[in-house]
Amino acid sequence: MNKILKLFSIIILLCVSITNVISAEKVEYLKTDWTFKGLFGKFDRASLQRGYQVYTEVCAACHSMKYLSYRNLSEKGGPEFSVAQAKAIAASFEVTDGPNADGEMFQRPGKLSDKFVMPYENVKAAEAANGGAYPPDMSVLVKARGGGVDYIYSLLQGYEEAPNGMILDDGVHYNKYMYGKKIKMSAPLSDGIIEYSDGTNASVEQMSKDVTTFLMWAAEPSLEARHQMGFKAIVYLIILTILVYFSMKRIWSRVKSEV
Amino acid sequence: MSDHEYTPKSKAGKWFNDRLPLLTLANHLTDYPTPKNLNYWWTFGGILTFCLITQIVTGLTLAMHYIAHADMAFESVEHIMRDVNYGWLIRYIHANGASMFFLAVYIHIFRSLFYGSYKSPREIIWIIGIIIYLLMMAAAFMGYVLPWGQMSFWGATVITNLFSAIPLVGEGIVTWLWGGYSVDNPTLTRFFTLHYLIPFLILGLVVLHIWALHVPGNNNPVGIDIKKPSKDTVPFHPYIVIKDGFALLMFMIVFAFFVFYAPNILGHADNYIEANPLVTPAHIVPEWYLLPFYAILRSVPDKLLGVVAMLSAILILAVLPWLDTSKIRSAVFRPLYKQFYWILVADVLILGYMGAMPAEGLYLLIARVATAYYFLHFLVILPVLGLKERTIPLPLSITEPVLGGSPNMAMAKKKESKIE
Repeated sequence: MNKILKLFSIIILLCVSITNVISAEKVEYLKTDWTFKGLFGKFDRASLQRGYQVYTEVCAACHSMKYLSYRNLSEKGGPEFSVAQAKAIAASFEVTDGPNADGEMFQRPGKLSDKFVMPYENVKAAEAANGGAYPPDMSVLVKARGGGVDYIYSLLQGYEEAPNGMILDDGVHYNKYMYGKKIKMSAPLSDGIIEYSDGTNASVEQMSKDVTTFLMWAAEPSLEARHQMGFKAIVYLIILTILVYFSMKRIWSRVKSEV
Repeated sequence: MSDHEYTPKSKAGKWFNDRLPLLTLANHLTDYPTPKNLNYWWTFGGILTFCLITQIVTGLTLAMHYIAHADMAFESVEHIMRDVNYGWLIRYIHANGASMFFLAVYIHIFRSLFYGSYKSPREIIWIIGIIIYLLMMAAAFMGYVLPWGQMSFWGATVITNLFSAIPLVGEGIVTWLWGGYSVDNPTLTRFFTLHYLIPFLILGLVVLHIWALHVPGNNNPVGIDIKKPSKDTVPFHPYIVIKDGFALLMFMIVFAFFVFYAPNILGHADNYIEANPLVTPAHIVPEWYLLPFYAILRSVPDKLLGVVAMLSAILILAVLPWLDTSKIRSAVFRPLYKQFYWILVADVLILGYMGAMPAEGLYLLIARVATAYYFLHFLVILPVLGLKERTIPLPLSITEPVLGGSPNMAMAKKKESKIE
């Protein structure tokens, strides 16, 4: 048993060192309690709904979220709006459909099956409207940045006066968490920029947390299902391992040897 | 090999077996005499088979939903993650499965290095293993390109560009590989085709690997030949099957942890940004399992020589059975080799670390020293050591260190417990 434990711990150690080498980038980000971390991590439903509000009222002016559909908003493990609410949200957007029988494109209200409407026609249009910088699509943004949620959360609160001696071009802003510390996006959030429908005080910190939670869900919509299944799978494996260990001992007891 | 002739009991079985001896094969596989002193480092062969099957099954499922087109590949992966039933599970098993596969193969290779499993009469098993390892790297590299993220695209660009180092025809070869003048849709479709093909080549080679293994039989921690099969061995089933199964379950717990709780930790964040030929990532790094070779590549200032060094680092393993001049297999009885073995392990880990760091300053210097030592180990230390080293006397049979009763036993026992 001793040597099995040794072998097992060596493998775990190897895994830990591999992951350490890979995530060697060390930046101190702002910390907050994320409810979706840990073995049983789940999204805070209210925070997700508020986060959607921040996204749609602030971010969506420039950032697309092209891999999400309106139906996702009412699905389990997400913001869990009611189907009626999700339908209303979808219907509030104008979607280009077609061509119709006359061969023409037409506008209609959005449906649950529609993908999130994009703020710009294409990347070029987005760049043209934003001083040459493309506002990245937000569908998997959290997973596409080294620091993940902590990075996004910090970035939203990282706007400051540029230090003395640093010269910023027109349309460039100082953000201490941005790679290179220069960012083309102006500070998107300010206290009270939106009014939460649930009455929560819309401080920059609160909005940052909510919208980051929403972005985490957008990037990883199956997170809750994954955590739940993972726990069951690992408990099952551990029980089976113990049972197999004792049958192994039994079988090998017929031989004069050690296992 | 089992020495008794096998005849099926039933008439139908006998009729079938005379025409196609599948039952004889099944009987051989279950009765296959295995040294009874195998330790847990020997369970990784079975674990690797599991990894291969897992990759093939999940890979087939993914291929049903994936679209190999430069404009649609990234989106189709998101489609798998969001809309395919349990698509996230299948993809995370496949992506982390690659890492688990390499983790297991490295343990398997270093087990072989420690116990001298590559030595006569097992050279062919070893060489087939090296070919499998090479194919694994090719499959993993091409698989990493398929999601068509930034690291996919730029990793493919960097690696395929290595061929341009070949004098005269290099540029032509790179264009031929790409199917154009840059990494683009033709590159993606051929990588997908090859990524689909290679696992089946590996499967075939695994059959040969096991076939070649079943001719001389397993090596074992003591590294001496079987003297009396009745005393020194146990039948593969149930003894080794249950032990391999137990080890596999432990391995699956680690595997499950990554899949369910840290599915993206072994990948690079940039690969969730869709490929963009106009934007180069700040650091282009390969997956962790290729890092030691990446470090060797970058530690040579000349491009062509760097490629040669990187390839030699792998191919040198194929001639290892002839570089190692010692007749003694197991490091248990080679006190000096054992020390050099652990230095080599540290050396490879250091190379891996340096491969993840930028190639500059102190990092580069350490990578160069580690590269030099890697080759020194195989080209100088091993051949000389085999001739000069004073080894510890071998026990008479493998039962001895297990059961006791010989003058050599105490020493073998002590050595054994140290390494396990």
